Formats: sequence, C-alpha cells, structure tokens
Amino acid sequence: MESIKNIQEEIVDEFSMFEDWMQRYEYMIDLGKSLPLIEEAYKTDENLIKGCQSKVWLHAELNEDKIVFTADSDAIITKGIVAILIRSFTNQKPQAIIDANTQFIDEIGLKEHLSPTRANGLVSMVKQIKMYALAYQAKLN
Amino acid sequence: MIAIDKIRKDFPILSRKVNGKPLVYFDNAATSQTPQQVIDVIVDYYQNYNANIHRGVHSLSQEATDAYEAAREKIRAHFNAKHKEEIIFTAGTTHGINLVANGFASLIKEGDEVLVSALEHHSNIVPWQMLCEKTGATLKVIPMTQEGELDKLAFAELFSEKTKLVFVNHVSNALGTINPIKEIIAKAKEVGAAVLLDGAQAAPHIKADVQALDVDFYVVSAHKMCGPTGVGILYGKKEGLEKLPAYQGGGEMIDQVTFEKTTYAGLPHKFEAGTPNICGGIAFGAALDYMNDIGFDAIAAYEHELLVYATQELLNIEGLRIYGTSAEKTAVISFNIEGLHPYDIGTIVDKLGVAVRTGHHCAQPIMDYYKIPGTVRASFSFYNTKEEIDVLVESVKKAKMMLS
Repeated sequence: MESIKNIQEEIVDEFSMFEDWMQRYEYMIDLGKSLPLIEEAYKTDENLIKGCQSKVWLHAELNEDKIVFTADSDAIITKGIVAILIRSFTNQKPQAIIDANTQFIDEIGLKEHLSPTRANGLVSMVKQIKMYALAYQAKLN
Repeated sequence: MIAIDKIRKDFPILSRKVNGKPLVYFDNAATSQTPQQVIDVIVDYYQNYNANIHRGVHSLSQEATDAYEAAREKIRAHFNAKHKEEIIFTAGTTHGINLVANGFASLIKEGDEVLVSALEHHSNIVPWQMLCEKTGATLKVIPMTQEGELDKLAFAELFSEKTKLVFVNHVSNALGTINPIKEIIAKAKEVGAAVLLDGAQAAPHIKADVQALDVDFYVVSAHKMCGPTGVGILYGKKEGLEKLPAYQGGGEMIDQVTFEKTTYAGLPHKFEAGTPNICGGIAFGAALDYMNDIGFDAIAAYEHELLVYATQELLNIEGLRIYGTSAEKTAVISFNIEGLHPYDIGTIVDKLGVAVRTGHHCAQPIMDYYKIPGTVRASFSFYNTKEEIDVLVESVKKAKMMLS
C-alpha cells in the first residue's frame, strides 16, 4: 500500500509538468471526467455535502481495515479536486487519514479551491473524510 | 453622453490586474467600485475632522455633524423626500428591512397578510418569515413568470383588506427585472396596505422619486452606488416612521432617561441608536454627488446600450440561455450554458481576469423556479465598456471549450 504522503507527492509531481494554469485546469477537468462515479444508490441527501456554489456527495465504507471513499460533484472543477482528494485518501487505514493533511493542494496551485469562503463543499468534504476516519478508527479499536 | 475615458480614470481599481490579466469587473450588482472623489472624502474625514457627532461642543464634532447632516440633506434631495428626518441612516438595505419588519411586529396581528414577491433576495424574505412567525400573520408570495417578471394576473388577486404590508424589490438582484412598482403601490393603496420597496438594485440605475411613487418605505445601500459598504438609508414617510416603535436601544436615540421611563428622541434619531457610520454617511453623499454629476439619465442610457450589446453577443454562444428576459430590466445578465455548471464557468473566467458572480445570488426561490443550481451573473455599470464585454464573451467561449 502506498502511503498518503507518497500519493500526494506523486500528484504534486504530475502537476509540476504543467506550465500554466490552463494546463493544470484542463488536467483537473479530465480527472473530474474520469472519476469513478459514486454509485447512484449512494448519491443520497445523507451523503450530500452542501456548498453554496457546488454540491459534493461522499460515500465511505470499510474494506477490512481500510476506508474506501467514492465521491461526486455537480461541478466539473470541483469534481476534479474531489478526484485528487479521493485518490490521496482512499484505501487507507483510518489512522493514516487522521494524520494526513491537504498541504499538497497548495503546492499544486489550487489553494483557492480549498478556501472556506469558496463555499464549493470541498472544505466540508475534507472534514467529512476526517470524521469518517475518526469514526472507523473508533469502530476498529 | 458618458465621457467613458474620463470616468474610468476616476476609478483606480479599474486599472489593476487579476491573475495577470486586466480586471474586467462585472460584479457591480454585488458591489460597485469607488471613484477617487469618494475615496478622497473618506481620507479627508479621517485626516481632518474625525469626531463623534451630535454631542460634542468642540469644533471637530461640529464639523463632522455638519458634514453628516449635509449628506442626509443630499440624500433627501436625491430621492425627493419631503422632510430631511424621513431619511434614516442604516448599516445598509438589510438593516433597513429588518428595522421596518421589527417595527411592524407590533402593528400587525394574526389573520393579517404580508405579501412578498417571488423575485426577492433572501434578506427580503427571511425578516418577513420571522415577522409572520412572531405575529401569526400569513406570508403570501406573488408568483413569477418564465420571463422573470411578476405575474400581473396573479398579483391582483392576492390583495385584500387582510393585506397589511407589501414587500417587493424595485429591481430583482438575480435577474435585473424592473418590477411594476407603480401598479403594486396603487393596488396596495386600494386595500390600505403599506409598501416597502427594496431599492438596492434599482438605486444605482434609476433615480427614484419617493413622493411621486407615494411609497411608504424605500431602502438602499451606499456600496452599490459608488459609496462605501456598511451604510445605507431607510426612507419612510414621516407618519409611517412615527408609528413604528424604536428598533435598537442606545445613545443618541433617547430624549430623557430615568430608571423609570425613557422618552425617545424624534425622527430620525429615534432609529439611529449609537454612534453611526459617520464617515460612511458623508461618503454616501459624495457618491450621490458623483453619480448626479454624470446624470442618471445618461447612466441609464449608456448601461442599456451595454445590456443590449452584451445580450446580443452572449446569445451568439451556442447553448447559452439567459434567465430574466423582461423588456424592463437593468444591465444584468444571468445566464447558463447547457450542460455546464455556473461555478465552473465563473472559475475559468476569473482566471481570465473577469469578475462575475456565480451561484444562486441569495435568491434560491428563483433558481428553484427555473430548476437550476444557479447562474453566472454579469452586471454592468456606467464605467464598463463594450471592449470589456468582448473580453467576457471570449472568456466564456474559452470556458465552454475547456469544460465541454
């Protein structure tokens, strides 16, 4: 299993190839399009994270001792960032998720999307990922 | 005629860059930019005569009081109120609405009806819901049409002798529709209801004459009319304001205080508790001077030209739909592109230096009506140009290309 830190470094590497914001955004939009969609059954109000601007759905389940996240958004750029966050946190042990941070988002020049005032649901999504990790950690102990 | 080159030089912010691109500011319906003439007044206040008003005997206090009261007089003249004390300084439109809503809590009762329009900003819905919860009155909604207009056939039927209050925005913030306020006021008069108009979106474009309109209350914010944030006014007919109980307690709004009883000061001070936004009020006066020097007729004509041009150019983009297509509208274009989320479009055009608003514009009921999550809203001001609209159109095309 790759560590969260390694995955995040990989993502930073991938983004460092791009020369300008347009290439970064085009890549992110592609990521958004290729994100495995959350199963329709999980696209419920319960899994909905409301942002003022865009919506995010997040579903979590335990696979042995790891958490598997699937997610979706109604806005494609938000979805691209969702894809990056999911890639970094999915299939990891709860403690690793609790210990991890999202500093790499700053490093790839997407900081503004994780601003609490952006109201796109992403900040709440990261919080929710951490909450799931805490809950499953408690369950596993 | 608008001397656009000269005007643009008055606004220092218009020459800055955003994300490496020249700023194209099309979020004027959220807040307008500030000309140097108003900035100078703000600086002058703090550099030369900053003092608390209405209470000091010293010279600075007198100068500040004079300037603040002179601003009130300018505002009175601008809106053609009959008396100066009918102009109450507030923290802005929302504050003005809450002041009236709170006052009406003691004037209406169970069984009474409050009418609001479907085109309202949240700030013009929530206070009335609270008022109705408190008093047991019923909130009724004037429905809207596909064009983003109030449904004239429906609204006539909503008025009855039970109607005590009608709240409508003069211009819709989300769509730019100019509402048929004369008809609404006439209808309200027939049944003896009071009318409050939210003029926040209208005042930057249309000079309202409150006496000619015969409206009971009119509220505006300075920051949408080249003035600073945190200040606005509530206009109210003298007899209407006198009936309303005081809103907030504090200094300046009282006449005599003993522990047994307080008697309140007369208008406008009864509603102006505490130290007001003195500098803001003075700057609001300066902003009105600035806009009146250009002239509201010239502003309206020029902005309409921008609206027509932008509408025509944007509609050339395949899949673009404009929400709010009334013939009577201010220079606001709310739109979406088929299959794309407004948030995505807004994000890309921002990267290209264009500031637009995305989202539901605090008018969720309108978005629910159209069954959309929100729109991209470009709102124009008299300091914008057709060249800037070309940049917007190119940016939207680019966003469409990237996102599709």
